[in-house]
Amino acid sequence: MKFTWFNLMPWPYLPDDFRQKHRSVWVDIDQRLFDPVRSHAVYNTYMDLLEYADTLGFDGIGVNEHHQNGYGIMPSPNIIAAGLARRTKNAALVVLGNSIALYNPPVRVAEEFAMLDCISGGRLVAGFPVGTSMDTNYCYGQIPALTREKYAEAHDLIIRAWTERDPFAFNGRYNKLRHVNIWPRPIQQPHPPIHIPGGGSVETYDFCIDNTYSYSYLSFSGYIRAKALMQGYWDRVAARNAPDASPYRAGFAQTICVAETDAEAERLYAEHVHYFYNRCLHVYPGFADAPGYRTIKTIQTGALSQYAPPRGGYAELSWKDLTEGGHVIAGSPETVRQRMEELIKGLNVGHIFCLMHVGNMPADKCMYSSKLFAEKVMPRLRGLLPECDGDGRFWCHPLQARATPGTLPQPYAPRLSQPA
Amino acid sequence: MTFQRKSLATRHAVVPYLEGGEGEPLVFLHGAGGLTAEDPVLALLARSHRVFAPYLPGYGETEDVIALRDMLDYTLHSWDVVGGLGLKAPILVGHSMGGMIAAEMAAVAPNDVSRLVLVAPAGLWRDETPIPDMFSLMPYEMPGYLFHDPEAGARLMTAGLKMDDPKFLQDYLVRNARQMGMAGKLLFPIPDRGLSQRLYRITARTVIVWGMSDRLIPPVYGRAFRDAIAGARLVEIEQAGHMVTLEKPAAIAEAVMSLA
Repeated sequence: MKFTWFNLMPWPYLPDDFRQKHRSVWVDIDQRLFDPVRSHAVYNTYMDLLEYADTLGFDGIGVNEHHQNGYGIMPSPNIIAAGLARRTKNAALVVLGNSIALYNPPVRVAEEFAMLDCISGGRLVAGFPVGTSMDTNYCYGQIPALTREKYAEAHDLIIRAWTERDPFAFNGRYNKLRHVNIWPRPIQQPHPPIHIPGGGSVETYDFCIDNTYSYSYLSFSGYIRAKALMQGYWDRVAARNAPDASPYRAGFAQTICVAETDAEAERLYAEHVHYFYNRCLHVYPGFADAPGYRTIKTIQTGALSQYAPPRGGYAELSWKDLTEGGHVIAGSPETVRQRMEELIKGLNVGHIFCLMHVGNMPADKCMYSSKLFAEKVMPRLRGLLPECDGDGRFWCHPLQARATPGTLPQPYAPRLSQPA
Repeated sequence: MTFQRKSLATRHAVVPYLEGGEGEPLVFLHGAGGLTAEDPVLALLARSHRVFAPYLPGYGETEDVIALRDMLDYTLHSWDVVGGLGLKAPILVGHSMGGMIAAEMAAVAPNDVSRLVLVAPAGLWRDETPIPDMFSLMPYEMPGYLFHDPEAGARLMTAGLKMDDPKFLQDYLVRNARQMGMAGKLLFPIPDRGLSQRLYRITARTVIVWGMSDRLIPPVYGRAFRDAIAGARLVEIEQAGHMVTLEKPAAIAEAVMSLA
């Protein structure tokens, strides 16, 4: 099992009447709700928490990319990851990921990921999302029906840039480059492991299977609702004659809150869970799915965007709704362990992206929950997939001997020559 | 007037089209909302013209064509269709996105268009009068932008639709994704693909028709088109919105006749 401590980096000061007064947390969110001065402490606390997760023994720490989004103040995850590379020792840096269709040219991603891999000593796990419609189409202006083609070309360019050792010309439809020759290139060979976040597109399943990439479902609606989608993926793995069905071919994001008892979990975390699910996820449905962004094949499977309003309209979700529905796994270490086991076995996933910071949760509570999970839950889940523990295809391979940041020698001191 | 559905093949696509009426050949290019054989503007035009109304890829129950990506692709595709119909220098009539394509066609091949009628065409952008982002509108918001009378427009748009039926809804989503996915190649996120620097090339006699209640592409754009096309005449229609084709179809037929 690989557990990655993940922080979406929500803005924690959305007003109580946000849902009533504002139409969307994303794309056209009211600029005035962001306070740059307050963000100074918010960013530093969030980065401290990611670093804290490294000391607790999480396998990875995770960041992602969103734009113009009230629950993700991280348009550039690479900037955060660069800071983490210096201040953490062991955890994989899981950048999940860079929306490669948005970088012009995409060799920028090959370069920045190479830098992160080199600075961190080979701790990078690279993610290549197609990107949500909100980010990719409505914020960054990509034409929906061409997004996937541009994405595919960006992917091919990045892989070639990482793996070829001589300069080459790249005559793409969206990128014309005479001299591709990235400098630096990554430590991990032939390239860092790649995870692809997806939301149920058949094309994305196949892309992962054919390239031996891990498919991650970054849902907020929990493991019970994810069953059908993940089964669709595993059915596809079988249908496409993949050589194995290793659970490390898949990852899943789950909101998790741990306390001493179930009652304490509700007392400590309910308001923050409420903030996230009932305030942060308030996305104007017109932004959920630009026509042409999802393929016809995917729409025909009946999968709806997770940002589309639920059938029957949107209602306030209570703690009971959210925990019983599995959106949130919360409670005592034993409750959480049981439900995590259901999740891991039910979805057959080796990578868990643990959403341990939720909504406007303050640092002390987040640390309490994370520490209990790391000490009392994680060790008891580690043995669940023994037959696949050697599967190194989907995780980083750091250097054994790594530099220690902040260990400069004494400055060079010239010897004063004696006057003649 | 009944229209026959036929089809022709270009290098890139099988193109269904509607054909009907007698008279001088006229090619009608539909907008992002698509086209049906019952469209009143077709019937009116067919009283005096042989009307050909081809469907763009993604419309008329066809698949989008990945090989057609940008404005030049669709402009040349539409010329391929005119060629496939065996027409020489036809009258071109285009509504909204179809007007944008018709204007491009007339700009790239000015000698091959006899007369041009642009009905609330897309293709220009004025920072001081931004066009709403139609791609993020919810279906219930559309009539307010499209019609002079939004309530009557909403009834027109939803007539016969069974939005409670999951199967119908699925088909609706697929059709919408096909159609608007294609439209996005020309219109997303801003419906400007450089037409303003080519409009001077148009030499066809041109009439521009605009509904004065157009809240999608406001009437100021009609004046911008008129000013950019030499000798063009602008006809502004009261009590009509962007869907002037549905609200005042006779005005379009009159505009065509005015060029005869």
